[in-house]
Amino acid sequence: MTHETQAPVTKQEEPATKVDETTAEGMPAPEAPGVIQTVGMDIYYGDFKAVHDVSLNFAFNEISALIGPSGCGKSTVLRSLNRMNDLIPTARTDGEVFYHGENIYGEGVDAVEVRRRIGMVFQKPNPFPKTIYQNILWGAKINGFKGSKSDADALVQDALEQAALWEEVKDKVNESGLSLSGGQQQRLCIARAIATKPDVVLMDEPCSALDPIATLRIEELMLQLKENYSIIIVTHNMQQAARVSDKTAFFNVELNTKGQRTGELVEFSPTEKLFTSPDRKETEDYITGRFG
Amino acid sequence: MTETSTRTPRRSLGGQRRVSEKLILVSLFVCGAISIATTIGIIYELGKESLLFFQDPQVSFWEYITGTIWQPQAGSFGIWPLILGTMLITVIALTVAIPIGLASAIYLSEYASPRVRGFFKPALEVLVGIPTVVFGFFAVTFMTPILRDIFGADVVGFFNVLSAGIVVGILIIPLVSSLSEDALSAVPDSLRQAAYGLGASKLEVSLRVVVPAALSGIAAGIVIAMSRAVGETMVVTLASGAAPRNFVLGQDPWSYILSPFEFGQAMTGYIVITASGDLSYNTIDYNSIFAIGLTLFLMTLGLNSLSRRIVDRYRQEYE
Ligand SMILES: Nc1ncnc2c1ncn2[C@@H]1O[C@H](COP(=O)(O)OP(=O)(O)O)[C@@H](O)[C@H]1O
Ligand SMILES: [Mg+2]
Repeated sequence: MTHETQAPVTKQEEPATKVDETTAEGMPAPEAPGVIQTVGMDIYYGDFKAVHDVSLNFAFNEISALIGPSGCGKSTVLRSLNRMNDLIPTARTDGEVFYHGENIYGEGVDAVEVRRRIGMVFQKPNPFPKTIYQNILWGAKINGFKGSKSDADALVQDALEQAALWEEVKDKVNESGLSLSGGQQQRLCIARAIATKPDVVLMDEPCSALDPIATLRIEELMLQLKENYSIIIVTHNMQQAARVSDKTAFFNVELNTKGQRTGELVEFSPTEKLFTSPDRKETEDYITGRFG
Repeated sequence: MTETSTRTPRRSLGGQRRVSEKLILVSLFVCGAISIATTIGIIYELGKESLLFFQDPQVSFWEYITGTIWQPQAGSFGIWPLILGTMLITVIALTVAIPIGLASAIYLSEYASPRVRGFFKPALEVLVGIPTVVFGFFAVTFMTPILRDIFGADVVGFFNVLSAGIVVGILIIPLVSSLSEDALSAVPDSLRQAAYGLGASKLEVSLRVVVPAALSGIAAGIVIAMSRAVGETMVVTLASGAAPRNFVLGQDPWSYILSPFEFGQAMTGYIVITASGDLSYNTIDYNSIFAIGLTLFLMTLGLNSLSRRIVDRYRQEYE
């Protein structure tokens, strides 16, 4: 678990605070700062304001789900949490995003360093056209891993075990990652992400390209992973959010004065509460399918 | 009359469309057949004249494929000096073209803004449109004097393979660059995203994900550029000299045999010079150019099928 990096972002080895079970169950206790906290975040693509004023507090070792209609800015919000949006030339994020208390959009923060700490899993499985072994080790090597062969073996095995893939691939780690099934590829991508030892993993509709059985395996995996990681997942599937997440954020789109469709956070509540007794009418309309 | 015709509308089952489709098919077939027939004709002609060459009592096939002296006047017909010229020039050309071509491909595909790309790509393509004879003069009047200034006029001959090789290299840069760029752009963006997501810098993404993923496409492009260099004629004719670099193994030092500063006629150069001289049909000199042409044809055929093999492997990778 060592990162020999003199990075501006400070990494804490242990989550500073663990949210107490009872508060996680819904009592809106005074919120302890979570692993990632956004404050008044506005995100633009050029002149178009895609997301307006998002303030969210993602707790340690929980699964937080982002749901809402298509185009409401879920992916946009997710990508701004590890500065993947920087790769889109027109994208701009205003406001603050705190990771372990440090603003990742602050001066002198290197986006590359941020992404090393906050892993990401994408909608479509995207393993490198390399062996399973090399896929896992790639990120670690980029992050300065210089261990021996046996260290590398151990790292690969550990990541694959954590991603519940080891049993299936232990005899063929030198085969191409592309030879795996879609669900296995997605677990390989999860293994690859956690091999760089992040403490947050962002997932953007990780199951949308998978069949129901592979989807369930990923969901089980997420529940295991939350022991050690904080997970933020975008999903268009409300059942999925209900099944796996501890808290759910519901986004909606508002037509603004310029006629643009801007996404807004409607409600961020413990999942059970959001699906049974949401605070807002909009949320209720959406989850009961009376959305229009 | 009109009543009957409206009551019994007869639709032809034969149909005009099928006839015209057949016509198109036939004409496409004819076009394909013509190009195949041309290729066969070329091979036949090369083979026939080569056969005349090898049947000449002065020529032995064994000497042709092993000899290191090419001196038709003296009855020596060893192909190696000409192959040597071609190979030296090709190696020098690739040494110039691969790094520059690949670097510009990486720049264009991974770094350049659309505006810069919009300027650079046509600029590179202009290079393709320049007649090669212009490059030949460029080699003789510009590159050679510079090389002689740098290394000394006593070291660098007026005709030398280095000048020819560098200029052939410049000539094939656009080929290396555009074929490599195609291969790089074909790498799915999702792989770049994956790499960035793992905390890779732009350079790491380019060199450690995109280039490796495109490697077989790049290799295929390099082989094609290589066969273009092997077949290049005007530059080598003008810049590398009109005499083959004859040598005797074990007697001439390798520093002479492989020297980039000495003259060294290439296969194509020999064919041009010989064919444009006044020689009559069916002399041994005349027939020799067909044997060399056939050898050249087999070499480029080999290179092209190699590149096809590489591309086939490349296709599998993304399935
Ligand atoms: N790269 C981009 N450039 C410009 N606009 C974008 C880009 N990506 C997303 N958008 C716009 O931002 C809004 C939110 O998109 P997105 O975050 O993908 O929504 P979601 O993931 O909730 O479906 C949409 O209106 C979309 O058109
Ligand atoms: Mg999305």
